[in-house]
Amino acid sequence: MREIVIISGKGGTGKTSLTAAFASLAENFVLCDADVDAADLHLLMQPATRHRSDFMGGSKAVINSALCTGCGTCIELCRFGGINDRFQVDAIRCEGCGVCVDLCPVQAIDFQVQRCGEWFISDTRFGPMVHARLGIAEENSGKLVSLIRKESRQLAEERGHDLIITDGPPGIGCPVIASVGGATVLVIITEPTVSGIHDMERVVDLASHFKVTGMVCVNKFDLNLEMTEAIEQLARKRNVALLGRVPFDPVFTRSMVEGKNIFEYGEQTATQEQVRVIWKKIIRSPSMNPLGIVDFKATIQ
Amino acid sequence: MIISVASGKGGTGKTTVATNMALALGEKVELLDCDVEEPNAHLFLKPQITRTEKVETPIPLIDLEKCTACRKCSDICRFNAIAVVGKKVLVFPELCHSCGGCMVVCPEKAIVETGRELGTISYGHRNGIRFINGRLRVGEAMSPPLIRKVRAAADPERVTIIDAPPGTSCPVIAAMNGADFILMVTEPTPFGLHDLRLAVGAVRVLGIPCGLVVNRSDIGDQKVFAYAESEGLPILMTIPFDRRIAEIYSRGKAIVEEMPEWKERFVDLYRKIEALATSRSGASQCVK
Ligand code: SF4
Ligand code: SF4
Repeated sequence: MREIVIISGKGGTGKTSLTAAFASLAENFVLCDADVDAADLHLLMQPATRHRSDFMGGSKAVINSALCTGCGTCIELCRFGGINDRFQVDAIRCEGCGVCVDLCPVQAIDFQVQRCGEWFISDTRFGPMVHARLGIAEENSGKLVSLIRKESRQLAEERGHDLIITDGPPGIGCPVIASVGGATVLVIITEPTVSGIHDMERVVDLASHFKVTGMVCVNKFDLNLEMTEAIEQLARKRNVALLGRVPFDPVFTRSMVEGKNIFEYGEQTATQEQVRVIWKKIIRSPSMNPLGIVDFKATIQ
Repeated sequence: MIISVASGKGGTGKTTVATNMALALGEKVELLDCDVEEPNAHLFLKPQITRTEKVETPIPLIDLEKCTACRKCSDICRFNAIAVVGKKVLVFPELCHSCGGCMVVCPEKAIVETGRELGTISYGHRNGIRFINGRLRVGEAMSPPLIRKVRAAADPERVTIIDAPPGTSCPVIAAMNGADFILMVTEPTPFGLHDLRLAVGAVRVLGIPCGLVVNRSDIGDQKVFAYAESEGLPILMTIPFDRRIAEIYSRGKAIVEEMPEWKERFVDLYRKIEALATSRSGASQCVK
């Protein structure tokens, strides 16, 4: 099983629009939207849900006021300032550690498992898709990412597909770490701005920390050529493969408004060709073909 | 006064708005970069950094001499961060949430605390503007404790502007909780609007007044304006798409410095926020 995880560090570099475009070029794959915190890929995929499940995350403390004697043990023990002086738990601050639950002398504290979101298996015009919605202001995004990546893998196996394309979250924290482990390659989409380059460097650090191969694509490259070159230089220095450049093209926004990717939108632009070349580079890269065989299925048949 | 600048979707111009508002207001403000996974505000504010310190979170350290392998610590740990295997206690530092439960329940007092590095916090200033940023260590998963430490360093005498991380989950909540006003920066595209709805949902959970800045206001569709109207969200500023602004941004320059006519607009933005945050009607309008 091979998995391409598309990340960016900085948000808004065009990660999801490019993921959607790759869906038109790939074959026999499962799409996975791991940006569970602000999932957008479904807006371009219009998935028809076949299966929905609740995502149960951690638990939160709830104090039963009928049993509470007001001894103050919980307030003293809680390191997160989660309990006020009227012995009520602030659900936003509660970390779900359960220390108060276990050590309350009269067992007045319940520990209730939280429904932190939901996840779906759906059909799209490109094939199956696994996606999720984290509840508003919820925690455990990393856990949900791990869950839907596992489900994507299982679904791909069932369908006899050997490729997963995953739209990852921004940043370098918990959901990103959960997206990166075990990926075949990380496709890093950046933009030629001081923040783009700064954030890309952090993601490259993350890729090497977790020993996953990274590749870089510069989106909106013509907004600042000097910065594009600086990014490419940095990529060479860091031994990260360069996939190519995509111009700043309003066709991305126009097709997004229509709920389509740039290949479906029906406007011929040079950008399409560039995206095609980038996709070929990804799919034919040595990391994606560990035995040096490009068409593995054809070889073993 | 604490203003948290958030967005839901990343890349909508949160940092641009936060840094330019800080530069337009000058001396009386401080800028806290709480986007600790990808801190960028310093690239535009260009502060002089005077001090950087490492920040840690406590994790258990087991004294194997005293430990009797009673398993009380592993029983209380909800995060599988401590395990007893035979006669040995194993700690998995990266899973620990620093609740201290294991230390409290250990009957042999065999647990003390050491630290796991979360990242660093830097302090600096530029033209009298105080600047603080957090920078998460690469490989560290938990950003909220670091964000809370950056917030704790705020100076209550100043107007605090927070550059929040994107999204709607715990790191954003850590950067918004307790603020007096949330300024949402969005763009009029389907992705922008979808993520804005989620972010507004999060703000309503917290019950804090909020308002909008629509960036690149002339691209995409115009649905965000209808949404704002129907939800009673005041639009406090619009910034049209301008290749000059995009270019200024790409080089790490501030709009208020390169195009001085914008300075008054950012001062005006702050005045509107101040009025909304302090007037009861403004607050109820957004909170619902
Ligand atoms: S479960 Fe932990 S964080 Fe929540 S209120 Fe109890 S002690 Fe505090
Ligand atoms: S401090 Fe809490 S989370 Fe960390 S090992 Fe001890 S019980 Fe587990």
